[in-house]
Parts: sequence; C-alpha cells; structure tokens
Amino acid sequence: MVTANTELGYNSKIEGDVIVSRADAVINWIRTNSMWPMPMGLACCAIELMAVGGARFDIARFGAEVMRFSPRQSDCMIVAGTVTYKMAPHVRRIYDQMAAPKWVIAMGACASSGGMYRSYATLQGVDRILPVDVYVSGCPPRPEALLDALMKLQAKIKREPSTGRLFSA
Amino acid sequence: MSADTTTALKAKFPQVTDRPSSDHPAVNVPVADLFAALQYLRDERAFDLLMDLTAVDWAEGVSPRFTIVYHLYSTSSASYVRVAANCANDAGPAVPSMVSLWPGANWHERECYDMFGIKFEGHPDLRRILMWDSYPYHPLRKEFPLAGIETPLSDPEITQETGTAAIAAPMAGGPFVAAPGEINMTEGEPRAKDESWADRRARPDQTELRQVKD
Repeated sequence: MVTANTELGYNSKIEGDVIVSRADAVINWIRTNSMWPMPMGLACCAIELMAVGGARFDIARFGAEVMRFSPRQSDCMIVAGTVTYKMAPHVRRIYDQMAAPKWVIAMGACASSGGMYRSYATLQGVDRILPVDVYVSGCPPRPEALLDALMKLQAKIKREPSTGRLFSA
Repeated sequence: MSADTTTALKAKFPQVTDRPSSDHPAVNVPVADLFAALQYLRDERAFDLLMDLTAVDWAEGVSPRFTIVYHLYSTSSASYVRVAANCANDAGPAVPSMVSLWPGANWHERECYDMFGIKFEGHPDLRRILMWDSYPYHPLRKEFPLAGIETPLSDPEITQETGTAAIAAPMAGGPFVAAPGEINMTEGEPRAKDESWADRRARPDQTELRQVKD
C-alpha cells in the first residue's frame, strides 16, 4: 500500500540525516573516489598496469577502474614505461588535452628518472615535461605499489583546495 | 651445401672473396656486384629469407669506414650465409636497396639509414624509423658520443612550453660498480662511484609545468 507523502519539509527519519561539511571536503571526496586514469602505457610497466586493472588486484576497489583512452575524459595520467624523446612531445600534448583538474603518476624507474636507459634516445624522467604528483619505484613496480601510489594520490587530493587547479593547466 | 654456395658464388663473381668467420660461411662482395650476387643467392641457391641487415662503422679515418652485412637463410637447406660489402664512399656511404628482392628489407634499411646514415639507393621510402625526422645525427656512428648530443625536441611548441630538450646523459662512472668485498650484496646494490650527474642539471620547476601559456 503506497501512501501519499504529504510532508513538505525535509524528514530526516525518511531521507536520512543531514551532514554539514565543507565544499572542499565534498568535492575532493567525489574526485578522490572516481579518478579516471589515462593509461599512458609505453613499455613493460603497462603490463603491470593491466594487472592492476584485472580481477586479482582490481583498481575498481579505489574507483579508478575506468581507463579512458581519450585524454578529454581522464583525470589522472599514469605514465607507465619508458618515455623516448620521440614520444615525449606527444605525451605532453595528451596531458595538455586532459581537462583540469588533472594529476600524473610516474610509474616505474623509467618514467621517474629514465631508469636504466641513460642514453641519447630516452627522456631522463617524465618530470622534465609533466608535473608529477606521485613517483612509483620499481622495474616494473608490483601492482600493489601502483595501488599504493593511487592511495597516496587520493590522500594528496583530499588535502588540497578543490579550486586550486581549476585555472592552471 | 654452404661451401658449395660460396664456391659457386666466387665462380660466378670473380671479385668475391672469402671472409673470416667463426660460424657460418661468409663472403666479401664489392658493392657493384652486391645486388646481382644477392639475387643469385636468392634465386639460384634458395636463400629465400633475409634474416638481418646491418652495418659496421669501423671508426673515423678508417677506409673503408662502413661495411654493410646481410645474413641470409635458406628455409629449404636450413643454412645461413653472411654477405658483407664495403661502402666505397666513407663520407656519404651508399649501397643498392634490396627491397625489390626481400620486401622485409624495407624497415631494416630504414633503421640502418637512421643509425648509420647509409643511403639505400632505390629504396621506396627512405625515412628515419626510430629517431624523429628532424633529428640531425646518426647515433650509432663512432663519432656520436654514447651520452648523446643536446638537441631540441621535435615539437617547437612543446619545447617552448616545457623548456626542455633531448639532453646529453653521460654515464659518469658507470652504472654498476662494485669491487669484490666492498659491499655486502645482500644488503646493498652495486652503484655508480660518481653520481654527480644525478643533480648536475636542475629539473624544470613543477609549478611552471602546470602553468597555461599566455
């Protein structure tokens, strides 16, 4: 039997309690738990990135399972692998095409510092062209390490002002 | 079988000589006979597969400086033969393209051109394959330093935005240096004795990288 709801005000017994919070906390909470990664898979780290997306490690538990292959729809670029100088301008261009606010995880030794490729052909760390938020060590890192990086990034996002990055690149 | 091949090749092309080799039979062929000799090996001796095509840079000032090397394989007799040819011109080496014999030679020759600067005459599309098109050097040449030479990135817009370039990255001390007894390998790892390169060049300011242009 359905009865008509005649109450005009907010009924906390039916609708639940009202929570008073700061806009920053709410916005950051929303951002934190639904980060859509841009999988910049360039080398063997991308295999571990795929494992993170798979059922065993399951990045969906952290709300970041929606790998978007379009930069326009992603929030967090995961640079997984060796960035060559030939690829570097394209990586930066893809980053530029992502909508703000956006974050970058440098996954593995190569993306963080060039790794073992100290040569004429390899960018010596993706932080030369991108503002990196979290670096992950390892060659390649274990999937758990990437999940840890994601949690570190979530903690970082929770601390920052929610409008801080809207008007920067 | 393979000894027959080199004997027959030498009978057909008198300029062909034996080349010292520790594994498969090998011959030196003058560049003028190169295309005909390889065509003969493919059509008459059933070397139907081009396994590899590469070059050797013997050093600056050595003549002949560049040698081009072909590894051929016969899928019917399961044997290899190596064919080498010295490029005549040390400054602007050139050899005939083998794409018409083995289509698979296309990318091998592009890589060889990219790395050594050897021109393949008659190649349908001789562009760089690994480095970007505007890259000015040929990195596997002996005069090119292992660390590289500072070069602007291929995209001027990104160069301006990030202020970075393809930089020289010297090894400075070697990547894995550990004298016996110096460290306990269960506790530490071999490391470079000189790590001064690590912070010799400051990385770009991360906040600058976030700025929108204009």
